[in-house]
Amino acid sequence: MSRAPALPSGRWHAAEAIPWLLAIACFFLFPGYRVLASHVFIAALFALSLDLVLGYAGILTLGHAAFFGLGAYTAGLLAAHGWGEPFSGLALAAAVAALGGLAVSFLVVRGTDLARLMVTLGVGLLLYEAANRAAWLTGGVDGLSGVAMGKLFGVFPFDLFGNAAYAYTLAVLFALFVFTRRVAASPFGLSLRAIRENRARMPALGAPVERRLVAAFTLGAAIAGVAGALLAQTTQFVGLDTLAFHRSADVLVMLVLGGAGRLYGALVGTAVFMVAQDRLAGIDPVYWQFWLGLLLVAIVFVARGGILGAADALRRRLRR
Amino acid sequence: MYHPGVIGVLFDGLAYGSLLFLVSLGLSVQMGLMNFVNLAHGAFAMAGGYVCALAATRLGVPFLAALPLAFLAASLAGALLERLLYRRLYGASALDQVLFSIGLTLMSIAAATRLFGASQQPVRLPELLRGQLHFAGADFGIYRMFLIAVVAALTAALALLVGRTRFGAQLRAAVDDARVARGMGIDVDRVFTLAFALGSGLAGLGGALGIEVLGLDPTFPLKYMVYFLLVVVVGGAGTLAGPLVAAAILGVCDVAAKYYLPQLGAFAIYAVMVALLIAFPAGILGRRA
Amino acid sequence: MTPALRTEHLTRRFGALEALGDVSLAIASGARHALIGPNGAGKTTLVNLLAGSLAPSAGEVYLAGERITPLAQYRRVKRGLVRTFQVSSLFGGLTVLESVVLAILEREGRAALWRRPVARCTVEIDEAMALLGELRLADDAGRRASALAYGRQRLLEIALALASRPRVLLLDEPAAGIPAAQSAEVFRAIAALPAAVTVLFIEHDMELVFRFAERITVLAGGRVLAEGAPEEIARDRAVREVYLGTADA
Repeated sequence: MSRAPALPSGRWHAAEAIPWLLAIACFFLFPGYRVLASHVFIAALFALSLDLVLGYAGILTLGHAAFFGLGAYTAGLLAAHGWGEPFSGLALAAAVAALGGLAVSFLVVRGTDLARLMVTLGVGLLLYEAANRAAWLTGGVDGLSGVAMGKLFGVFPFDLFGNAAYAYTLAVLFALFVFTRRVAASPFGLSLRAIRENRARMPALGAPVERRLVAAFTLGAAIAGVAGALLAQTTQFVGLDTLAFHRSADVLVMLVLGGAGRLYGALVGTAVFMVAQDRLAGIDPVYWQFWLGLLLVAIVFVARGGILGAADALRRRLRR
Repeated sequence: MYHPGVIGVLFDGLAYGSLLFLVSLGLSVQMGLMNFVNLAHGAFAMAGGYVCALAATRLGVPFLAALPLAFLAASLAGALLERLLYRRLYGASALDQVLFSIGLTLMSIAAATRLFGASQQPVRLPELLRGQLHFAGADFGIYRMFLIAVVAALTAALALLVGRTRFGAQLRAAVDDARVARGMGIDVDRVFTLAFALGSGLAGLGGALGIEVLGLDPTFPLKYMVYFLLVVVVGGAGTLAGPLVAAAILGVCDVAAKYYLPQLGAFAIYAVMVALLIAFPAGILGRRA
Repeated sequence: MTPALRTEHLTRRFGALEALGDVSLAIASGARHALIGPNGAGKTTLVNLLAGSLAPSAGEVYLAGERITPLAQYRRVKRGLVRTFQVSSLFGGLTVLESVVLAILEREGRAALWRRPVARCTVEIDEAMALLGELRLADDAGRRASALAYGRQRLLEIALALASRPRVLLLDEPAAGIPAAQSAEVFRAIAALPAAVTVLFIEHDMELVFRFAERITVLAGGRVLAEGAPEEIARDRAVREVYLGTADA
């Protein structure tokens, strides 16, 4: 019998150490950018959660910020009402976001791409308006202030320079990346890819497609909730923009820019997007919006698979 | 607070709905005929709005004469972009279409901000269309009556165009089954371009007519994107009657919510939207099987 | 003995068109049963109704005596009713081995596991490689399904069905669109199935039909025109007129 070719093994490649070592090195190399860096890590985690939903399971969503915001408000409200312990806040935020994701998932898994798009868009807008109107709870347009965080492990306070935030967000990102990576290499991850490739064929293998998609969507929502909670905890503030449509659109762009359906796409795309935004939007926000639009059009027409997809194609050409 | 009464709300809602219908028609054709999820459709409406506003303020063109200009400019832009870009994505995944059309929307917003500033554009209506008529115990804005009349006339004309002309027959054949239509010797590509241009033109006209009602600033395409999509999804793509009914319902609901439940704001209309989507899952996109 | 698969008055309408009308069939356990008929006779519609990817307008389907009409497709697969597709319906971005391993994991109800990487599912991998070896697909195990030649894709289609360990196998033109030499290979694989597996297959090549089928059902215009042993069907005047005479002219 011939030898079986490689399957997703979840084994680590040496090159995979590079981004993480780089992330640690940045702490020392660019001390002035620690706050920005923690925002990049949070956005990367958010993009990673979308990768699970869109990149792996193939569910098109325009309302992923709903779960980011749910997590952010959960963690923020907990801390504002005296529960400042960060890790339990994260866990509760994940649970609330997962519950929200579970509820929405039943509307999402059945429909066509268009129905999914409308439902996710609608739920996102609905939550945004709900938070906007429920000012007694959320602070409305002024945002939720009075978020008083406890110390990490009861020892390290969240400081203005983002030192604790840097370590905290990077550690949570890494932990959930390892988890997501494991899920992606598992039979469950394989079945999600198969659903993305050919949904109609899956029932003929005996696969309960809707149940799988519910699981994937809920898991993605939970991780998005953790990302939102991280933002609330490290900035000690929750604004309405955590639920805004542009956040859903931005995270979509970050993921597609890096390359959807490959875990590192979420990290690379986010880093490039956030740094570019920091540089360009500072100069002129209108130009930034224009270039962002052009970038999207360009990705669709010339660079499918994003940065990592293009890198793969280049590597294949060089090898030949 | 000024309160128009039930009849007034119905009237304002219908006027608003007829605008939504006018703009959404093109989107309905794109989603029904080309299977294209065009989130940038509002950008064509905005383009028409700016042509109308600028023709009036900078060139002194009277409002009524500026309306056809808005239609022409938007349909020209539609035809051009269809030939250059949209066409290549007809068979593409919904994700690609969404990314592309969001990109186009962002570019249009940035361009409009750069060229015309972020502020609301003013519009000067002719004397004839200003003021109110008072009868049956309610006030009726003359401009809104004009709106309803224009959209009613256009709808009748479109029904004739689709039902009685050669182009209409080709369009219907292509909506039914593009492959079969092609086999019958219909130049489907040309039909697509014309339909796209016509839809974009109507959106542009809607944008121009809507300055007084919806307002006009660079965020227009995003602000109303959901409404246009909703009209098509609830009403069913590729038909004339479906979106008409959906737009009327949506318009009345939105206006009623603003008058009766102002504390809820947009929440009410989004709740209606999600409820409608739950009540009519997937199948609502009425492509006949 | 209870038939492996039975239908009662199975009917499917598309609008005003009746694609299948009042079809009552019984497929004996372990049979090699062919379904033939001219284009548009309703053969694929019947397979879709049996597999559960299409709901009937009227009528019932029984699997080994159990009424399965309301069951979703994937639940029928769990009960051993498995199908293939006329036009290869594969997971283009997955490798051949990934596809088959997935099918095996689904059969075992282990495809929702997330703690262990696929590469460590050694039992399933061994089974998949053995199956691919039998179908002479082992050399292609590492290639993407979309990169296979069409004939090989047909074999993978069958491999996926076999990985589900069917008790009743519905084959919708398993050799469609491939050269005769390879279609023989496909049918060799089918012939090698355990005798207990019931096979219902659609096929246009009459030589293959008469070589492999023990019984034949002829559909025309959405209705059963005739049913019987191959020699009876070959003699049947109505069949010759409606079908054999026109199709193989």
